[in-house]
Amino acid sequence: MALDRARYQRRRTASAITIGLCWAAAALGLAILAAILATLMIKGIAGLTPKVFTEMTPPPGSDGGLLNAIAGSLVMTAIGVIIGTPVGILAGTYMAEYGRYNKVTSVIRFINDILLSAPSIVTGLFVYELMVRPMGHFSALAGSAALAVLVIPTVVRTTENMLLLVPNTLREASSALGLPRSLIIRKVAYKAARAGMLTGILLAIARVSGETAPLLFTSLNNQFWSSDLNAPMASLPVVIFQYALSPYEDWQRLAWAGALMITVAVLTLSIVARWLSSSRTSQ
Amino acid sequence: MNLMAKELDSALTEKISVRDLNFYYGSTLALKNITLPLYEREVTSFIGPSGCGKSTLLRVMNRMYDLYPNQRAEGEVLLDGENLLSPKQDLNLLRSRVGMVFQKPTPFPMTIYENIAFGLRLYERLPKSETDARVETALQKAALWAEVKDKLHTSGLSLSGGQQQRLCIARTIAIRPEVILFDEPCSALDPISTARIEATIDELKNEFTIAIVTHNMQQAARVSQHTAFMYLGELVEFGDTKIIFMNPSDRRTQDYITGRFG
Repeated sequence: MALDRARYQRRRTASAITIGLCWAAAALGLAILAAILATLMIKGIAGLTPKVFTEMTPPPGSDGGLLNAIAGSLVMTAIGVIIGTPVGILAGTYMAEYGRYNKVTSVIRFINDILLSAPSIVTGLFVYELMVRPMGHFSALAGSAALAVLVIPTVVRTTENMLLLVPNTLREASSALGLPRSLIIRKVAYKAARAGMLTGILLAIARVSGETAPLLFTSLNNQFWSSDLNAPMASLPVVIFQYALSPYEDWQRLAWAGALMITVAVLTLSIVARWLSSSRTSQ
Repeated sequence: MNLMAKELDSALTEKISVRDLNFYYGSTLALKNITLPLYEREVTSFIGPSGCGKSTLLRVMNRMYDLYPNQRAEGEVLLDGENLLSPKQDLNLLRSRVGMVFQKPTPFPMTIYENIAFGLRLYERLPKSETDARVETALQKAALWAEVKDKLHTSGLSLSGGQQQRLCIARTIAIRPEVILFDEPCSALDPISTARIEATIDELKNEFTIAIVTHNMQQAARVSQHTAFMYLGELVEFGDTKIIFMNPSDRRTQDYITGRFG
């Protein structure tokens, strides 16, 4: 075979340039992430004193922590996930198992995709109209509901996708033994898709735990400790939003500490989710 | 079918009788007017080129096609004289009587023991010792017991392909069906595993009525007593395996088994 040297050289050069561009793009992305993390670390760790975990959000000029905001975030995220996950899993199960060949399912999938990419502030306004206005006041319950609305589409999507990945041969094999549909789904399909579905739930938690906009319109904020779900409740993102924009230096320090905490939490969740899904594929 | 074979057949009972069966994928006619018997405690093999409808026919016998939309069967398939295509037929009950082993091994994502006990518990309430015994018997009949008896509680997915397929056979016979359908059970296996499974099938025919779809002529000749040759959705020839292979009456059968097409 005659090798056209010039042609081959040109291809090699083009390849080298492309690889170089890919490296540059990856490096840029990583550099930005590193810069964000470094800034958060430097500014956040300074504010991360034991008091952050033991004291309430302070008025400007006095000492305090973020305890009520941390607790509020945990409570509202937990309730949101507890409400949203079963709905999401059941809907995803319907789409992948019972309604796989129905037209309705493609409509649901389309709407779910819209919901998935809808700006979260719209969700906040929606719950504001639905719950806050009729009730006449902001509340942790409304905040949880807003977060649940954000959890549902994520969980629906991952549940459906993971169940669709379960090979049909496994379903056929189960029904060849005479297993009823419900049992095939619970004992075989869920088992095979478990890691992926769990990953979806973790990613949903990671997603909602950093949400600010939907909470601004629903749970608002609270200077004090409150365990009343029917009253406004503090949350880390909203406190960060308020404190970071304030002119007071001690508030800004707390905002940095809060931002660091959320980032580390979300990062941890994502890494666990990654690890879970990779352990599934290696199975 | 020649006269001698017919006389022999009259001594046999029909476990399943397919009568004037037409099968459609959407509007495509995939099986045309099929009529044939599966004789009790015998192995019947189905041969023919890919796409000739042999797997489709097998999937009618346990209504596996019911899982999918736009697939329908017309005609009659009698199991002990009762039409299993009837809409009143309870599908789970039917499948507990007519088991199936698939082309690719399909162990469930659970332990070897659970793979078998799982289906068992669905139909029968058994004490632990009885379940253990049934699991052991099933594994022995599937010629797998010796290899797995010390690791019953490890994942079924950890077994080799041939072992997984025998696990699937064990799982199927554990619930004591009357008929077992094998859909190319050895096509993903090496020759040693294949020989093992053929020996297993040979044993099983003392207890069960068996249908096997295969692309392997020698396999059909070795394991079956009756053979059906199908082509383009039609049943070309059905009869005693020896006669089909030694002295087929249809030219197309002759061409296929001698490897001239397919």
